[in-house]
Amino acid sequence: MFDPATITVMLVKLNALAGGLFLLTAFGLVATRQVFACLRIYVGQALLLAFSAILLGVLYGSVHLFFVAAITLAVKCILIPRTLRRTVGQDIYARREISQTLNVPMSLLIAVAIAFVAYAVAAPLLTISTGPNASINLPIGIAGLFLGAYTVTVRREAIPQLLGILAMENGAFFAGVAIAPDLSLIAELAAAFDVLIIALVMGLQTRKIYKYIGTTAVGEMTSLREE
Amino acid sequence: MELLYILCVPILAAAGSLIPGARILAPGITLISSMSVLILSFQTALRVTTTKEVIAIPDWIACDSFGALILVLVALVGFAAAIFSWGYIDKIRETRDGIIVRPYYALFNLFLASMLAVPLLSQVALVWIAVELTTLLSVFLVSFASTPEALEAAWKYVVLTCMGASIALLGILMLYWGMMSVDSHEPFTWAGLTMASSKMSPALLDTAFFFILIGFGAKVGLVPLHTWLPDAHSQAPSPICALLSGVETTVVLYAIMRLSPLFPGISGASTGMWLVIFGLVSTGAAALLLIQAKDYKRLFAFSTVEHMGIILVAVGVGGYGAHFGAMLQIVGHSLAKALCFFAAGMTLLVTGNRDIGSIRGLIRTSPMAGFFLIVGGLGIAGAPPLAIFLSELSILKAGLASGRYLVTGLLALFIVIAFSGILFKINHMVFGKPTMTLKTNLPATCVVAVIIVTLPVILFGVYIPGTVYDLLRLAAYSIGR
Repeated sequence: MFDPATITVMLVKLNALAGGLFLLTAFGLVATRQVFACLRIYVGQALLLAFSAILLGVLYGSVHLFFVAAITLAVKCILIPRTLRRTVGQDIYARREISQTLNVPMSLLIAVAIAFVAYAVAAPLLTISTGPNASINLPIGIAGLFLGAYTVTVRREAIPQLLGILAMENGAFFAGVAIAPDLSLIAELAAAFDVLIIALVMGLQTRKIYKYIGTTAVGEMTSLREE
Repeated sequence: MELLYILCVPILAAAGSLIPGARILAPGITLISSMSVLILSFQTALRVTTTKEVIAIPDWIACDSFGALILVLVALVGFAAAIFSWGYIDKIRETRDGIIVRPYYALFNLFLASMLAVPLLSQVALVWIAVELTTLLSVFLVSFASTPEALEAAWKYVVLTCMGASIALLGILMLYWGMMSVDSHEPFTWAGLTMASSKMSPALLDTAFFFILIGFGAKVGLVPLHTWLPDAHSQAPSPICALLSGVETTVVLYAIMRLSPLFPGISGASTGMWLVIFGLVSTGAAALLLIQAKDYKRLFAFSTVEHMGIILVAVGVGGYGAHFGAMLQIVGHSLAKALCFFAAGMTLLVTGNRDIGSIRGLIRTSPMAGFFLIVGGLGIAGAPPLAIFLSELSILKAGLASGRYLVTGLLALFIVIAFSGILFKINHMVFGKPTMTLKTNLPATCVVAVIIVTLPVILFGVYIPGTVYDLLRLAAYSIGR
């Protein structure tokens, strides 16, 4: 019924779809104002990362990537949202960001430009590419990385900044599942653990800031600067 | 075996410091643990000078000459900081309520363990994780005082360095990709990477290097990613500042320098150019910024950026001479910077003031703090005959010998600006008519700690012991090709 070639083509196309949606979530993080919605977008992004890992696992016949998908799901879709809710507290979650550094249309325009830059960075590397997957995952992963960095710079609230950092890491791994599919499992596990610690540490720090300063708009803390 | 002990002892000590009990328990355990780590590190370094490499688990945990050099520095500054913490944290607790000591020592030990892990791990991906952990474990140490300023500094610190870490992660994954694409069956270690690099695509290597330089550069404090550094390195408690400025930056710099053998003839390659550009910009910007610093801890923090820049330039210029200078500079900077921050901590204790302008005549109010502040200032600025003078001289000499006159000239200019900037401010604080009264006496442990780091700073300027010289020489060879 389905010959292997058709299945391969289908999987590659599905992976491309996952890539497109991944990029969309990266844009979503730049523009969404509700803190809680940001978290949902992040979870969606992690789901897409896991989805891509599974697809590539089938394509490359690598059991390893299934583990990566499982770790991603467990840590980023379940543990991180839980940790954040536990450490940060509900009242900060329900918050809406009043003002961003730039207005939304402007920041989306810049985000589009950043995505093009990411493609330009990736293009020269694709000459050594090993297939169609790297040419999807690498540019989109780099774009995810850059857009995450951009999210951190335009957002003022603590939690969206934190999610921007976690999204950067997602971007790096989105590229990683295609270009480094058999990186040692210990490294993958440790990296996932590391992301969890980032969430924990920054969550606790956010609560501490809220407790001592009474705000979570970290972008407005400017007592330390050069005169 | 000792390598495994070095990693395990601080982790056990961290658990031990959390045990409720006598007030002396947590600092005592930390002190014993850091002393044993120091002894084990010395042992490792001695063995490395004869056997080139000490291996605990092949391809996972090993230590060569460059690693041993960093290891000993981390252990030494960590030991001194543990002694300094004892009296310093006690004094702080007297003046402010709500300071809890046990978590401080637990985090102190874990932070130390993460820094010790970086030179000991062979797998590049694990080194990345260790570097990331150094940030995450030190965030609460930076915000220890819980003042608005400290919290702001800690937030900036974690945000910028974690952003950098993600970028470096992608660079490391790219290196792995490059190794796989040339069908290398070497393990993903520094050595395996060096072996495979000659076959790897230059475009890929360059891009990966650039990502790692930017990513880890954010943590080293390269301009323009340095903005968090003076904040975090000035707001943390002084013993932590000594660790952050003295060795944490060095440890991350080590990870960048490890990549240099991937690029044969680094001075001609574009990577060498990037190192020189980033290094010079950092040195220059930091030299100009430290002139206008008003807080003496910020002054020393900017000087860290300056020194990181100098070392990068030396690596970028390449050649044995410059590499040797870079190694000596790493040693000199780590110890002298720890000395500076210890002296700054003493000054802060006795005056309760961070402002350079309002402190005068420190040498009369507190001869001890004043004396070590001036020694630290001279040491870090690179006055002869101290260690940094020697290393800066050999870097400049190597720069001239390789015909990079413009680079060397600019570097010399920035060094001179920083020199006069630092000494002008220190001079203002230490001499003149005393303006303040002594707030408190200095704890004896602080004095002991500062003496431990002062001795090598003075000694290495006039005489480098044979073993240390061997270690420096081997380390300089190991980053060249």
